[in-house]
Amino acid sequence: MSVIEVKNLSKIFGKNVKQSIELLDEGKKKEEVLKATGATVGVNRATFNVKQGEIFVIMGLSGSGKSTLIRLINRLIEPTEGSVTIDGEDLATMNKENLRRVRREKLSMVFQKFGLFPFRTILENTVYGLEVQGIPKQERLKKAKEALNLVGLGDYIDQYPDQLSGGMQQRVGLARALANDPEVLLMDEAFSALDPLIKKDMQDELIDLQQKMKKTIIFITHDLDEALRLGDRIALMRDGSIVQIGTPEEILVNPANDYVERFVQDVDRSKVLVAENIMRRPETINIDKHGPRVALERMREEGLSGIYIVDSSRNLKGYLTADAASAAIKQDIRDLNQVLNPNVPTVGLDKPMQEIFDLIHDSQIPIAVVEQKKLKGIIIRGSVLAALARESGVQINV
Amino acid sequence: MGCRSMFDQIPQFPISDWIDRAVNWITSTFSFIFNPIRNEFGDFMSWVADLLEQIPAIVIILIVVVGAFFVTGRKFGLATFSLIGLLFVYNQGLWSELIDTFTLVLIASLLSIIIGIPVGILMSKSRIVETIMLPILDLMQTMPAFVYLIPAVAFFSIGMVPGVFASLIFATPPTVRFTNLAIRQVSTEMIEAAEAFGSTGFQRLFKVELPMAKTTIMAGINQTVMLSLSMVVIASMIGAPGLGRPVLSALQRAQAGPGFVAGLSIVILAIIMDRFTQNIYKK
Repeated sequence: MSVIEVKNLSKIFGKNVKQSIELLDEGKKKEEVLKATGATVGVNRATFNVKQGEIFVIMGLSGSGKSTLIRLINRLIEPTEGSVTIDGEDLATMNKENLRRVRREKLSMVFQKFGLFPFRTILENTVYGLEVQGIPKQERLKKAKEALNLVGLGDYIDQYPDQLSGGMQQRVGLARALANDPEVLLMDEAFSALDPLIKKDMQDELIDLQQKMKKTIIFITHDLDEALRLGDRIALMRDGSIVQIGTPEEILVNPANDYVERFVQDVDRSKVLVAENIMRRPETINIDKHGPRVALERMREEGLSGIYIVDSSRNLKGYLTADAASAAIKQDIRDLNQVLNPNVPTVGLDKPMQEIFDLIHDSQIPIAVVEQKKLKGIIIRGSVLAALARESGVQINV
Repeated sequence: MGCRSMFDQIPQFPISDWIDRAVNWITSTFSFIFNPIRNEFGDFMSWVADLLEQIPAIVIILIVVVGAFFVTGRKFGLATFSLIGLLFVYNQGLWSELIDTFTLVLIASLLSIIIGIPVGILMSKSRIVETIMLPILDLMQTMPAFVYLIPAVAFFSIGMVPGVFASLIFATPPTVRFTNLAIRQVSTEMIEAAEAFGSTGFQRLFKVELPMAKTTIMAGINQTVMLSLSMVVIASMIGAPGLGRPVLSALQRAQAGPGFVAGLSIVILAIIMDRFTQNIYKK
């Protein structure tokens, strides 16, 4: 089911708007319109649907119109033509009051440079969207705190934005957007201002959160890697037009035109994939704190058949299967050391993916990525295959 | 030559006559407004000044010194200066003049702020209001300050009230300008954040724009306070009480000594008020 339907959405900046629109309708390109009328085409008749619960990524280089497009959706920029339908209501033509209601109840936005109010504390920032709705104080503070707990910032409520790191600030941005409990999250290059490691953490966290929340997310990025990682579907933009919409697989295997193909090539050539790029955050059990019962419970919760065991400083101890855990419980063994399997396949952070592929082929359990004996992440078969598919997709098209 | 004689043939426009007539007309037509303002407001100001003069000088000095200590972040510089400066004024027998001047500046500045901030907000919100206001502000600031004294006397006679009126015209522009500028300078991302969460115009103004603009607006208020202090001295020419009077009379009698002492007292008051307002907005 579509939550948002965008139809023929266009934005012309400058003069001769009417004439320019006519030219666009005739199928003229951005450059031709600029030459003929002097007007700049921000977005050229964008049409797409976003389904309930999907992450829809809009990707393009700077100047491709992606930031304009996301602002046309919540009408921070007035569309020149076209419609944006949410739950049967057209945002593009509704009056100010209705627009305000939709923005308050259905759409929230996360900004590239966070957009936090420097004079408000973290809690006061998070509560903003609820405050303007006039929700009673107790209730809105409660909701804001819940949102902050969700992004792991429950302890920072009285700090000011400039006291937090970039990654934490963007968590606040996310919490502020989530506090309203909107149907749709608009994320404008939300992780682009963060350094690469934090960025990856945030991407993982967004995926985790998304599994719990099932929001509909429109995510803008210029980073193909990010698009592939997050997107259920990806729309590629160039010169204000959407040139291709598809799943990551479709985009990689069948680039719609030269532009998409070059994009795909450039990104993957610049990047030789190593273990660090494809690893995931592992579920772990702390041997110093937990016993087999906790381990089994955790596996049941997460739907795993086994789990990695670490000590309090995250040194890798071994792997515990669900069978071994139940056996231990039956025999009343409390010490995990007696039941775990210490011989697990490990690789370093910089292990090339090609070699990991061979390793994982022979292994029944996820591969542990370690740095100086500390567990950094795990690699499961699926993520290697996905990454390989990406590479071979490119090779096919070279 | 021909050109010149042609210009000479045009009679001089009687602009000054027109303005005279306009001022007379305004004075007589609106006297029902001006008279109560002069009486009631004048009474109110005298009441404030009397009230302040009732308080023993030493109490006021102590309050200022302690205030200076805390407002500057527990430093002794301004506190020491205030102590010595105010004791000097007291010692020179200019205490009641100081209180009069302070009352005038305080009330003129408060009125400037009450009028200036809303006007600045309107300017920031409307291109048209801005286009109209900018030349008016230029005029208010560049016209020699003495010129305002003349209609001030016509409207409000002599004393404190016309002093405040002249000071209002002269000192309000910085608050207006800084408010306008400060709100226009609020970053697009802040505005977008406010809008994206469905703020109304008022919510955007009071919850985002004014808090973001606060520091710059306070800088404008500081300018306003300083300008109204300088105007209040000039206003002594139309009978406004305060430290301007001894300066004026020293000038008329060519007495360098008393003139310098009174001038120094004005400087002391100016520095204390400036540092107070500056430190308040730096917080």
